[in-house]
Amino acid sequence: MTVSGPPLPHSSAAVITAPLVRARGLVKRFGSFVAVDGVDFDISPGEAYGFLGPNGAGKTSTMRMISCMSPVSEGTLEVLGMDPARQGAQIRSRIGLVPQEDTLDLELTVLDNLLVYGRYFDLPKKVIRERAEQLLEFTQLSDRAHDKVDPLSGGMKRRLTIARSLVSEPELLILDEPTTGLDPQARHLLWDRLYRLKQQGVTQIITTHYMDEAEQLCDRLAVMDRGRFAAEGSPRELIGRYSTREVLELRFASGYAEDVAARLDGLVERAELLPDRLLLYTDDGEGTLNHVHDLGFTPDSALVRRSTLEDVFLRLTGRSLVD
Amino acid sequence: MTLHDTTALTHGAAGRRWPTPRWLRAMAYWGYQYKRTWKGSLTTSFLFPVLYLTAIGKVLGWLIHHPVAGQPYLDFLAPGLLAATVMQVGAADAMYPVMGAIKWLRTYFAMLATPLDVTDVLVGHLAWIATRLTIVTTIFLGLMAALGTVHSAMAVLALPAAVVTGMAFAAPIAGFAATAQNDTPFTTIYRFGLIPLFLFSGTFFPIAVLPGWLHPVAEVTPLYHGVALCRGLVLGHLGAWQGLAHAAYLVVLMTLGVRLAMTTYRRRLVT
Repeated sequence: MTVSGPPLPHSSAAVITAPLVRARGLVKRFGSFVAVDGVDFDISPGEAYGFLGPNGAGKTSTMRMISCMSPVSEGTLEVLGMDPARQGAQIRSRIGLVPQEDTLDLELTVLDNLLVYGRYFDLPKKVIRERAEQLLEFTQLSDRAHDKVDPLSGGMKRRLTIARSLVSEPELLILDEPTTGLDPQARHLLWDRLYRLKQQGVTQIITTHYMDEAEQLCDRLAVMDRGRFAAEGSPRELIGRYSTREVLELRFASGYAEDVAARLDGLVERAELLPDRLLLYTDDGEGTLNHVHDLGFTPDSALVRRSTLEDVFLRLTGRSLVD
Repeated sequence: MTLHDTTALTHGAAGRRWPTPRWLRAMAYWGYQYKRTWKGSLTTSFLFPVLYLTAIGKVLGWLIHHPVAGQPYLDFLAPGLLAATVMQVGAADAMYPVMGAIKWLRTYFAMLATPLDVTDVLVGHLAWIATRLTIVTTIFLGLMAALGTVHSAMAVLALPAAVVTGMAFAAPIAGFAATAQNDTPFTTIYRFGLIPLFLFSGTFFPIAVLPGWLHPVAEVTPLYHGVALCRGLVLGHLGAWQGLAHAAYLVVLMTLGVRLAMTTYRRRLVT
């Protein structure tokens, strides 16, 4: 492990107790459209905090306000104890941003992308070069250092964007949909790197519409829907609060599922009828499946699984997360 | 050696150099870009002027036996062509690169995620364009000197004059490019703006030969003032007040352009 050491070398106990990001009644408007509709949250140093929600829930707008790229419409926001409206440049010098769409220079080399970016932070070239070498190793791009960015795979570009965001050794790393559009292998590699950063104490804010990503990466998360928080807590807490231990997923020949759902009254805590399947929320999946069989129903397929954040989201909003 | 060990180099109180102005950091990006494209850019900034000066200046000048505005044709043409060239370079550098930095490579957004703000992004880019214009003008003036078309020590002032001429186009066009949704309007700018200016602003012939009613039209166009200024300085026949008037026109246009660009950049980039 080459990237190591304390991320907050000057922090004292007093600094640690204060939240790194604090929002109260935070609002973002675009004309008459309200993208973020009065949210409150505190993000502590060392924490990995997630915004989970479907596209258009207000996640990116929230992130852009935190990264001081988008003015706050209403409410208060403090980042690193400073005011984004007045101290934006100072704040941005201490945060790293991985935007939803890569902003790499496709025609420059991998290394030049890091050099250029480091220069924005006014780091001496020598320092950038040293860090670049370590960061490229960390993101497994060392052998591509002198290649142009354009032909790199989506996963490699994403890793380079992350490497780039770390050049300034940020105290706060902001990742907007870090793995959207990546294949599973690339996602897992990226998750692993983010996990390592978290172990080094780098505070992370992550938006995602993948519940598995949120579960993997986040200590705490806010479920967002239509600009508001539907719930906030650790993944485990949220599942405990809003779902059952297990879920029985049944698939039936078309149209049949509705009959089953109607007949299951009282058998399970809650049932959700989705276009392609019936979800039965229960603490004993196998037992419920036996009941279904006893009632004379024969589903095409049956699956007992653990509750996930997807179920939490469905419960909170009545809609699926990924549509 | 760990990443965080290097912190002392940047944040340590001892030996900390002065911070680089933020706009200069934005400008540095365009320098990196140029490392990749400078060969191609030499075509426009060196080869084209050479071809124009030899093909039109020398050959056409050979056909035109009588002096133009009291000068051999090549001597008349060269400073005009200088102004026309910086107009084209300034305009081109403010169109596609600005659009690309917003829509294609999204470079401006990368910058805005760092300590740089919109003003830095704009000033850095314009400063880079001014640098490019300085390079182009220096080459061009050197070429003119080599061809023996420089007749006054005041030609030294043609360097800043040409840069300001280029910037008088670059700044407002950058301001406009920041509002464009695609690159179609750029073609319109060329077709109905730059090419007519190129042809009718006194570059190739004195506007005195145009019909009388066109004189005032030609005289309000920016390139006319750039051409008159550069030509007057290179040939040494420019009166002080005349020169100042041309320069003032160009500086005002450039300043208005920068103000426009400040507004359009902010509107487009800070949402």
